[in-house]
Amino acid sequence: MNTFFTAFLDNLPQVLSGLGVTAESTVLGALVAGVLAFVLGLMAGHRNIVVRGVSRTVVEFFRGTSLYVQLFWLYFALPLLTGYQLSALFCGVVAFGLNFGAYGSEVVRGGISAVPRAQWEAAVALNLSPYQRMRRVILPQALAQMIPSFTNLLIQLLKATPLLWLISAADLMTVIQQLRDRTGESLVAYLTLLVFYFVLAYVLTLLMNLLERAAKARLGEHTGTRGLLRSRSAAAAESVPVVPGGAS
Amino acid sequence: MATDPLEKTPGSTPGSAPPGAPAGAAPAADSPSPSAPAATATADAVPGQRSDTPMIRFEQVEKRYGDHVVLDKLDFEVRRGEHVTLIGPSGSGKTTILRLLMTLERLSGGVIWVGGEPLSHARTPGGGLKPATEKQLRASRRKIGMVFQQFNLFPNMNVLRNITEAPISVLGLERDEAEARARELLELVGLGDRVDAHPTQLSGGQQQRVAIARALAMRPDVLLLDEVTSALDPELVAGVLDLLRQIAHDTDITMLCVTHEMSFARDVSDQVLMFDAGRIVEQGTPEKIFTAPEHRRTREFLNAVL
Ligand SMILES: Nc1ncnc2c1ncn2[C@@H]1O[C@H](COP(=O)(O)OP(=O)(O)O)[C@@H](O)[C@H]1O
Ligand SMILES: [Mg+2]
Repeated sequence: MNTFFTAFLDNLPQVLSGLGVTAESTVLGALVAGVLAFVLGLMAGHRNIVVRGVSRTVVEFFRGTSLYVQLFWLYFALPLLTGYQLSALFCGVVAFGLNFGAYGSEVVRGGISAVPRAQWEAAVALNLSPYQRMRRVILPQALAQMIPSFTNLLIQLLKATPLLWLISAADLMTVIQQLRDRTGESLVAYLTLLVFYFVLAYVLTLLMNLLERAAKARLGEHTGTRGLLRSRSAAAAESVPVVPGGAS
Repeated sequence: MATDPLEKTPGSTPGSAPPGAPAGAAPAADSPSPSAPAATATADAVPGQRSDTPMIRFEQVEKRYGDHVVLDKLDFEVRRGEHVTLIGPSGSGKTTILRLLMTLERLSGGVIWVGGEPLSHARTPGGGLKPATEKQLRASRRKIGMVFQQFNLFPNMNVLRNITEAPISVLGLERDEAEARARELLELVGLGDRVDAHPTQLSGGQQQRVAIARALAMRPDVLLLDEVTSALDPELVAGVLDLLRQIAHDTDITMLCVTHEMSFARDVSDQVLMFDAGRIVEQGTPEKIFTAPEHRRTREFLNAVL
């Protein structure tokens, strides 16, 4: 036990940098995923069947192929084709972005279709253009409903980042693994990892709950402070698809 | 700045711009949004925007859902400025008529003419008609506004924004002008002090007044009202009906109104249409329909609601 913590403190800079890589890949991956989720989700509701088809295909492809394989493909296979080696972090961000973007698009699509038809009709009656209807009326309302599901996906993404270890990015998982290998203290090493990821996940949940509360308040729905500490909303539990693979 | 919040769209009565309307206000409201440049062109080219052209004409209008015929070869006309009430049992097709006029539903057959122009059709070079594109529908919708039974205010906007959103983004009004007009309209509907309120902070009656102000802010030629007091608590109904009476009295807006409030219908209507099973079974002045109905279904219906 002591040997692990001694090593931990001795290597604190590496641990912190590992934490940084984990945070960075989570945040950047989430940003890519978020953009992709909206692009694909909006395309899924387009009246042109070709646009819908493209969205459907992309979503099915990235949902249907394992995150591991996507990661390995980007890191190990793509360089053989292009002759250009991408950085591990970059591969991670792209793979997380594509994979969770595909899941996120379902959340966007669901959030949009959950806005009552009457809101669309009121927007038509005021002669808003299709773009204005979406941008001014529907999306602002849909967003509040999407946040719980996005929270779940964000946590799933965080918990998928240890995969970076497999392509030797120096993330938190990789750094702690190295300490374990050096000290042989598996029990403490993995307990440390559990605590780290749990705390990170909880912080993200709190932030997202704040966001949700703000979004709901804008719609005139005021929620108490108690809801802020919950780690998972009932709404999210039923609407989020389970991410496959042992990533979590 | 126009001081009368109910002043009509200048463009709706060509050649007779309201006297005294400040020069600045008229072009702003008249100019179409940049995305609908076709609107003026079409409206100007209309040979039939004379006052004897009916504001609304249904010509053999059909609406079916599968095999279910909801409107059966319907023909009727509404004159410019006329107030028409649609009555009839539930399911007789009244809402469908308003929704067709608002282009929320597609026609199964026939043509609806608004101000001499086909509402959801476009003229082909050969003189025929083809279904309108979204862009053409947007030009048609400029003439029409609708108030819904359930108000349908936008919960992501406060009261003021609910009213200014469309004038700014569709009519291209400056924010200042749109807000000034919205405040006048809120004053008119008796909610001058609730400008910054959120819709959820208002009673149903207040929400419906905001919805009426929101529709009027677009200066429609035709206002569609679908059972606008049906979702209200009884004590709030009178206020909304009084407001509508006032609008009917003070403006030359054409009103199509579905209601079960028969004394209101009697007060404001020029014409009452009695529907049953997608057809007009009887039509006439309120005096005739309410005091001497000829048709058995009308008598049955009036006995049931009065
Ligand atoms: N979307 C729809 N699909 C199928 N049937 C519909 C739809 N909308 C309305 N109807 C039918 O059309 C008929 C007329 O409805 P509606 O116009 O709402 O009547 P009213 O307003 O007079 O009560 C009813 O029989 C109703 O069931
Ligand atoms: Mg109805």
